Amino acid sequence: MMPADEPPRVEEDGLTRKMTGDRRVHREMILEVANLTMRFGGLTAVSAVSFAASRGEITAVIGPNGAGKTTLFNCITGFYRPTGGAIRLHRANELPVDLHLLPGHRIARAGVARTFQNIRLFPGMTALENLLVAQHVKLMAATGFGIGAVLGLSRYPKAERQAVELARQWLSATNLLDRADDPAGALPYGAQRRLEIARAMCTEPALLCLDEPAAGLNPRESDELARLLLEIRGQGTSLLLIEHDMGVVMRISDRVVVLDHGKLIADAAPAAVQGDPKVIAAYLGEGDEDEEAEA
Amino acid sequence: MTPAQAIRDAAIAAAVAFGLFVMLVGLRTDVGPEGGLILRQRWGQVALLCGIVFAGRLAITTLAGRRALQPSTAPGPWTARLQRAGKLLAPALLAVALVLPAIPGIGRYELDIGILVLTYIMLGWGLNIVVGLAGLLDLGYVAFYAIGAYSYALLAQYFGLSFWICLPLAGILAAFWGVLLGFPVLRLRGDYLAIVTLAFGEIIRVVLLNWTELTNGPNGISGIPRPSFFGLPFSMAGGEGTFAGFFGIEPSPSHRVIFLYYVIFALALLTNWVTLRLRRQPLGRAWEALREDEIACRALGINITTTKLTAFALGAMFGGFAGAFFATRQAFISPESFTFIESAIILAIVVLGGLGSQVGVAIAALVMIGGFEVFRGLDEWRMLVFGGAMVVIMVLRPRGLVGTRTPSIALGEKRAIGGDLVGEGRG
Ligand SMILES: Nc1ncnc2c1ncn2[C@@H]1O[C@H](COP(=O)(O)OP(=O)(O)O)[C@@H](O)[C@H]1O
Ligand SMILES: [Mg+2]
Repeated sequence: MMPADEPPRVEEDGLTRKMTGDRRVHREMILEVANLTMRFGGLTAVSAVSFAASRGEITAVIGPNGAGKTTLFNCITGFYRPTGGAIRLHRANELPVDLHLLPGHRIARAGVARTFQNIRLFPGMTALENLLVAQHVKLMAATGFGIGAVLGLSRYPKAERQAVELARQWLSATNLLDRADDPAGALPYGAQRRLEIARAMCTEPALLCLDEPAAGLNPRESDELARLLLEIRGQGTSLLLIEHDMGVVMRISDRVVVLDHGKLIADAAPAAVQGDPKVIAAYLGEGDEDEEAEA
Repeated sequence: MTPAQAIRDAAIAAAVAFGLFVMLVGLRTDVGPEGGLILRQRWGQVALLCGIVFAGRLAITTLAGRRALQPSTAPGPWTARLQRAGKLLAPALLAVALVLPAIPGIGRYELDIGILVLTYIMLGWGLNIVVGLAGLLDLGYVAFYAIGAYSYALLAQYFGLSFWICLPLAGILAAFWGVLLGFPVLRLRGDYLAIVTLAFGEIIRVVLLNWTELTNGPNGISGIPRPSFFGLPFSMAGGEGTFAGFFGIEPSPSHRVIFLYYVIFALALLTNWVTLRLRRQPLGRAWEALREDEIACRALGINITTTKLTAFALGAMFGGFAGAFFATRQAFISPESFTFIESAIILAIVVLGGLGSQVGVAIAALVMIGGFEVFRGLDEWRMLVFGGAMVVIMVLRPRGLVGTRTPSIALGEKRAIGGDLVGEGRG
């Protein structure tokens, strides 16, 4: 599935930049967030945020803790119903879909997959089973919604073989093939993070939303993660990435959106964001809070 | 543990025992000589019980050490053995069950116990779909059992339909009520779901009790037709057109018992077969995934409401089948057979057997129901014995006899998953 001899783009920073620069000339959007507002009682966690993520790119969402990044994700993936504004998914050759109007489980079917800031696997099920549950919608249709399968009248066996094959591909892409039959809860932390990404990819999404996938990983694991995300982008899936590890963000993202106190304060290429005084101010302001929180 | 610690520990246990027994044992109301109630005080017995607890606790801590009482959910030494033996145990149990009526020395009484045990195995397997696989705590399962039983009884009484036509109808009606209850209720979680299902069980019973025109209220329905053998009734008269007459054998009351035994055996096997099959398919995996993490399921596009509803409806359907069988076996039903204690027993079978384990549920039903009947001679003491046994199992094996989960699919070899990793579901 993934060309093994593809040159790792991680190391060639300059080249990556130039390529993405070219791409942006004819960028099409995959996700459009327009005037999105999310209030919890008196607290406005996301305040009139508008931006667009381009198809085939990695769009990073950064910002200090409590900036509203996870809330933004929860709105996009249907866990919260936004107080105001719109979220639209533009898949290639399809009509745009209003995500903010869909019920939660329809959003994954529309083509948006996500991972969680606190890993949410099915710990008592094996890695392979986790990936098969991710293909539930497809498999369920193949069983004739349960009835045909019990009676043994269906095209289910073939569909299951294909599903296992897809799972196997993602297990090997995430370097988990030898742990396929181990319960997800028994895997080491880094492996659980990768498995969650593999599970999201098994829904065959057009847009993958990752909430702090590098949190808690060591530098080597972060590097592997960055490579994995570039591979996923290489296959044509667009990514929306919340990340605190600036090394990873600056290396792999094509565009960076910065939130602070629920407001969008920057939306630019990584290099431009790095030098933006507003962004620096937001992060400097957070420094003391972090120390307080840890104390 | 030092002796001083051991004594303190035993003293604490004795204090707890005192707190429990001071009211339960210490005070007793009796009918006095003039017919009024008098309060009898039994402080001697309280002291004796506290003394036993003190000595017992001291003996346990000093002789065995506290380690011996550590709870465990991991695949322990004997579950590992059971797992290995399980491959043999399940077919062995099945073979014994299959030939039971032919084993010499098995009379009518033993077969009746066998029918009872199989009924509870079937109910346990049915509830296991809801509680064990989907992780929905249902305290009102007996409602579906009652709906199945009354469906058959009423359909037979008012429309003269036969058992074999009513059996599927009873299942469908129970499933229908399952969906009807499930629809508003399944958005509740954990404790709330348990309370509402508990209430549902009671509501059904109270309706059956009070809707006298339809159900004959507390007097129940009698004269429910017995099942026929493909149209041949069992009759002591023999003669043309009866079971004995058709096969040219001596009429005997045991024919019907044996037949009923095989009917419930087949129904239980059907339940097991459907469950095992569904477990290896997307629907069953989605149930288990729901039990593990509902939010993750939603993010994967699984419709939580319909998935829960299917589990609820399917569990209810098997409860309905079992109810119809109960009605035809007893030939008489009344709301008294469908009290909360039935739900509690079925749930206890599922929990003791190990949530989600088919063999575990069968063994638990065999031990609990069969054992309960066999030890009838012990009178009230058997309650104490079984209560004690349940406490011991819950202390030592909090996840039930078979606390491990077998994966539904594997690239290589399927290895049991320890109960500590497997979710219990929160509604
Ligand atoms: N369900 C909720 N109810 C109330 N407040 C919430 C809820 N979710 C998030 N918040 C608040 O919204 C703000 C943004 O949180 P979050 O989106 O998690 O930040 P981030 O992911 O950027 O660290 C925080 O102040 C948080 O307390
Ligand atoms: Mg967050």
